[in-house]
Amino acid sequence: MKQIIGVPESLSKVSSHYCPGCSHGVVHRLIAEVLDELGVRESTVGVASVGCSVLAYNYFETDFVQAPHGRAPAVATGVKRANPDLTVFTYQGDGDMAAIGTAEIIHAAARGEKFTAIMYNNTIYGMTGGQMSPTTLMGAVTATTPNGRGPEAGMPYRMAELLAQAPGAVYVARTHVADLGNIVKTKRAIKKAFELQLKGLGFTMVEVLGNCPTNWGISPEESNQYVRDELVPAFPLGELKDVTKEVAGVHA
Amino acid sequence: MTATQELTMVKGNEALGEAAIRAGCRYFFGYPITPQSELPAYMARRMPEVGGTYLQAESELAAINMVLGASAAGVRVMTSSSSPGFSLKQEGISYMVGSQLPAVIVNVMRGGPGLGNIQPSQGDYFQMVKGGGQGDYRLIALAPATVQELVDLTGLAFDLADKYRNPVGILGDGLLGQTMEPVAFPAMRPRPDYRDDGLTGAKGRAKRIFTSLHLDAEALEQLNHKLQAKFKLMEEEVRWEEVHCDDAELVLVAYGTTARICRAAVEAARKLGLRAGLLRPITVWPFPSEPLARLAEGGVSRFLAVEMSAGQMVEDVRLAVLGRGEVHFYGRYGGMVPTPREVLGQIQQLLGGASK
Repeated sequence: MKQIIGVPESLSKVSSHYCPGCSHGVVHRLIAEVLDELGVRESTVGVASVGCSVLAYNYFETDFVQAPHGRAPAVATGVKRANPDLTVFTYQGDGDMAAIGTAEIIHAAARGEKFTAIMYNNTIYGMTGGQMSPTTLMGAVTATTPNGRGPEAGMPYRMAELLAQAPGAVYVARTHVADLGNIVKTKRAIKKAFELQLKGLGFTMVEVLGNCPTNWGISPEESNQYVRDELVPAFPLGELKDVTKEVAGVHA
Repeated sequence: MTATQELTMVKGNEALGEAAIRAGCRYFFGYPITPQSELPAYMARRMPEVGGTYLQAESELAAINMVLGASAAGVRVMTSSSSPGFSLKQEGISYMVGSQLPAVIVNVMRGGPGLGNIQPSQGDYFQMVKGGGQGDYRLIALAPATVQELVDLTGLAFDLADKYRNPVGILGDGLLGQTMEPVAFPAMRPRPDYRDDGLTGAKGRAKRIFTSLHLDAEALEQLNHKLQAKFKLMEEEVRWEEVHCDDAELVLVAYGTTARICRAAVEAARKLGLRAGLLRPITVWPFPSEPLARLAEGGVSRFLAVEMSAGQMVEDVRLAVLGRGEVHFYGRYGGMVPTPREVLGQIQQLLGGASK
């Protein structure tokens, strides 16, 4: 009998601290499935960031190191440089990557560090109680934009596009996990990113648009609707960079 | 020391780099800042020759976190900086202590506060010795006074870091970093294997995690108990040197470059018949409190702390002496270096000798 469903070996069999309806668990599972499929669980080191996903190390059956806020790309650089045989990934939120850790992620991409950065962009600080993040949409009400985000609080910028222009980045994609079809596409992107890391081509990154029902103050279903209706137009989906395709294009 | 007896003239910063490589360090992450810039430059040239990795980070924040990552992967790793950059490393150092990760962190001190200047200083004693980052923690901090001692203590620093799974600091100053002196380097040690607690992938074993996060208060208190017990053990690593202390009426206390100046002043005082001595902390943490207390109990009535700061180490001298003797202070700062003559003047004031 063929097993068609189960918990990936790379995913710990524990219950998580994530809120009901939160998509972090979906993204964790996709990464775990990819690690299983690539057969790299036993040579993987994850780097946890600060934010809701700080406890990611409890949910993967891989070695893990927890980085200071925003510094996961620098920590991942150190791990990978010290042991290039390892498969290394960071798991960061939009606050961690796009605010406090902007310098570290840009320079890791610029240097072409051979790890995979996964960004869970839900446009809000979850762990600290729903404050505005750099990617919060204009007009959105958060704990620190009680009247909605106005221009005095800055405007959201696009991290994946920013990283895609770095010469050292070989694969950059943006996906979402607010419906089944796009969950499948997200897994495909994550797998591609890890594959190119394993080929030693350079820096890879997948920005995943996800929800935050708790801090958005709406139901899980409504929050997935918000991802599809509001986040996707602001943060366009797609493979922003794939050097393997560009090479193929040249020969076509 | 298994030294190759050949003496080489080397600048302090470069000697430190070579000593680190000979101690088996193959990973260096840094960021340019004067007056330690010769060290990363040396590593950039030397590391590829020995199959090591030199990487210039985008900031001192990034550099210390690359060190954190490399240490988590189980290698001997080092970073260096000077005062303003050392401030930026404090967060990473605190995380490394909390995660029990070893590394060697060098601070070639310069004048402060703020951007200050690039002249020698000892204004970061508090930051190195009292803990510049968050939480209850300690670092063994080694304070060499000569380029040869810098070489010797660098090897020791790596061994102590690994022994205690804790970062170890090397506290130098701009003068030591820039001084050229003849040194004998120890023999090249073989490149060490990955540490047995390193993150090598959870192959055939349970996963390993390095974290400093313990949301449960009882668990975090337990970790702190463990760390405090470790710091207590680290106190056994105290090292110091005494010069003319046996019959001294006045004992100067100084470390690093200032100790060299004080040694010259003490020798000059002796020629004048003044019974001055010098106690030189080689580890500024753990601080040689017991030998100082012994001197105070043994009849030394006066102590003079001399620093290139407005008075930082002097607080530890007072704590060691505990009122059993007078504790005086003489400091120059802002990048000013005291001369032996100035210090001799201080000795003469305290011991009543006529100024010559």
